[in-house]
Amino acid sequence: MAYAHARRVLPGFGLSLGFTLAYLSLIVLIPLSAVFIKSAGMGWQAFLDAATGPRVVASYKLSFGTSLLAAAINVVFGLLLAWGLVRYTFPGKKLVDALIDLPFALPTAVAGIALTAIYAKNGWVGQLFEPFGIKIAFTPIGILIALIFIGLPFIVRTVQPILEDLDAEFEEAAASLGATRLQTFRRVVFPTLLPALLTGFALAFARAVGEYGSVIFIAGNIPFVSEITPLMIITKLEQYDYEGATAVASVMLIVSFLLLLVINGLQAWTSRRTGREA
Amino acid sequence: MSIEVRNISKSFGAFKALDNVSLDLPSGELIALLGPSGCGKTTLLRIIAGLEYADQGTVILSGQDASNKHVRDRHVGFVFQHYALFRHMTVFENVAFGLRVKPRAARPPEKEIRAKVRRLLELVQLDWLADRFPAQLSGGQRQRIALARALAVEPQVLLLDEPFGALDAKVRKELRRWLRRLHDELHISSVFVTHDQEEALEVADRVVLMNKGRIEQIGSPREIYNEPATSFAYGFIGTVNEFRGRVEGGYVRVGNDLLPHGRTDLSDGSAVVAFARPHETEIIKGEIGEGVEAKVNRILTNGAVTRVELIANGDAREGRKDYFEVEVTPDDLAALSLATGERVRIRSKRLSLFGENV
Repeated sequence: MAYAHARRVLPGFGLSLGFTLAYLSLIVLIPLSAVFIKSAGMGWQAFLDAATGPRVVASYKLSFGTSLLAAAINVVFGLLLAWGLVRYTFPGKKLVDALIDLPFALPTAVAGIALTAIYAKNGWVGQLFEPFGIKIAFTPIGILIALIFIGLPFIVRTVQPILEDLDAEFEEAAASLGATRLQTFRRVVFPTLLPALLTGFALAFARAVGEYGSVIFIAGNIPFVSEITPLMIITKLEQYDYEGATAVASVMLIVSFLLLLVINGLQAWTSRRTGREA
Repeated sequence: MSIEVRNISKSFGAFKALDNVSLDLPSGELIALLGPSGCGKTTLLRIIAGLEYADQGTVILSGQDASNKHVRDRHVGFVFQHYALFRHMTVFENVAFGLRVKPRAARPPEKEIRAKVRRLLELVQLDWLADRFPAQLSGGQRQRIALARALAVEPQVLLLDEPFGALDAKVRKELRRWLRRLHDELHISSVFVTHDQEEALEVADRVVLMNKGRIEQIGSPREIYNEPATSFAYGFIGTVNEFRGRVEGGYVRVGNDLLPHGRTDLSDGSAVVAFARPHETEIIKGEIGEGVEAKVNRILTNGAVTRVELIANGDAREGRKDYFEVEVTPDDLAALSLATGERVRIRSKRLSLFGENV
């Protein structure tokens, strides 16, 4: 009877599914559910008050807005970087390739201090913009720059292998059919890279939303202007308002989860269209 | 469209892929570029297409110098060995690609594009696959779609790079018959690259045989097979017995053996390579003082003629091939009554000789 069903070529389906679920629960789901359980204890009205205070709402807008924008900017320039690294050989290429990963390795606080030093009014870069009345450090622009910095490797590293696999034959085929360089990129190269770009976008976005260390230094943390949501949570924690903190955290989790779900859905849809999954 | 190639040379670093190649291909024929791998045939095809640029020389398409034209402007259809179908597009969109990227003024209306793609898919007998993605097709189907895509822009010449190279033997055979039929319908000038002599001889009107960046011989399949012009051509096409030695009067001395050659224009002592096809070679028994000694290895009787495989004697092994092959008619086989392991001699009435250095 046990033979009659579930004769699979690959053994261990039950075991691996069980392990996957147990591990995911232990590492991800249980800690996260604690957030919801904690915030559930405070009652609906208190939850709303904590999670939708004007300062908090301003921080949501800032956090999600700058994260999305930073991820989008990284998609463009990360693609360019990956393109340069894959398609051309130049002296020092290996070194440049290694540099890409630095934002992964650096403690984020170090990155924050370094960025602040450079982009402050009297910093190397900041002083160039000062005469035009543009302030970078201690404004949302500064936050954006910090988020671009920490998100860049995600795009480069997800797109790079796909670009390496992309045979020059496809571009040659398009050219022989009369397509211009631009048409070839838009109709042939870009659609092939799109699933990887979306994956990179999702990763960079997720990282940016949760980023704390590098941002708080450069943000200046001015209420309603440059306070990010993770900072709001920390602030509430420091005031021993654990329930308030978890309320904000659960809003953040839900929004992030929904956004990631949408991006992953898009990604699955595009890779189905490239025939990879079919 | 006629294709002329004049004095083309191309090097990749120190490797000379093409060495002063000139070629004149008339309009409307199906031509095979044949040669071993690394002989420069694909490079030549890519230079004709404009996917690669020559170091020297000119490419003339329909009487016009196209050497500096971009592949986009050459009006050639190119079919790749690994199809290069766009994975994210349906079969239909793949075929329509060339029409959709035309400049707005030259682009046909959507209705016309649809009708034309349908026609092309019918031509390659795959109209029922229009909505599939390339990943869902077999290799043979993909190659036919790649061909339809190349034909959509109405190229003046069709260039195919090892079009059947990635397919299994049976599909290969089917597709090459199909390509021949298609060419007879469309009469578009076509050049295809192959390393498979059988494919070249069976499909092409004319075969260009290449070796080491040079053209060895150009001719009809019959000429290439029956009248090889160089020792390379002889060795590359078909099965052949090869003997190396020096001229000694009316004989070629191969090791200790003497092989009669029947020519009078050779000077004593010159090093030569002698070739004979299996059906032009005969087995003799008994001591008659001529022929190359060999040992019968296997007698293969699975056809109309019997093929006898022989192992060369130690001395004849100086020649590159260790094995000889002789085709024997049933009557001769009965008369010879060969046994495996028996020592016999072989000679040929129609020996082709080439100077060692030629």
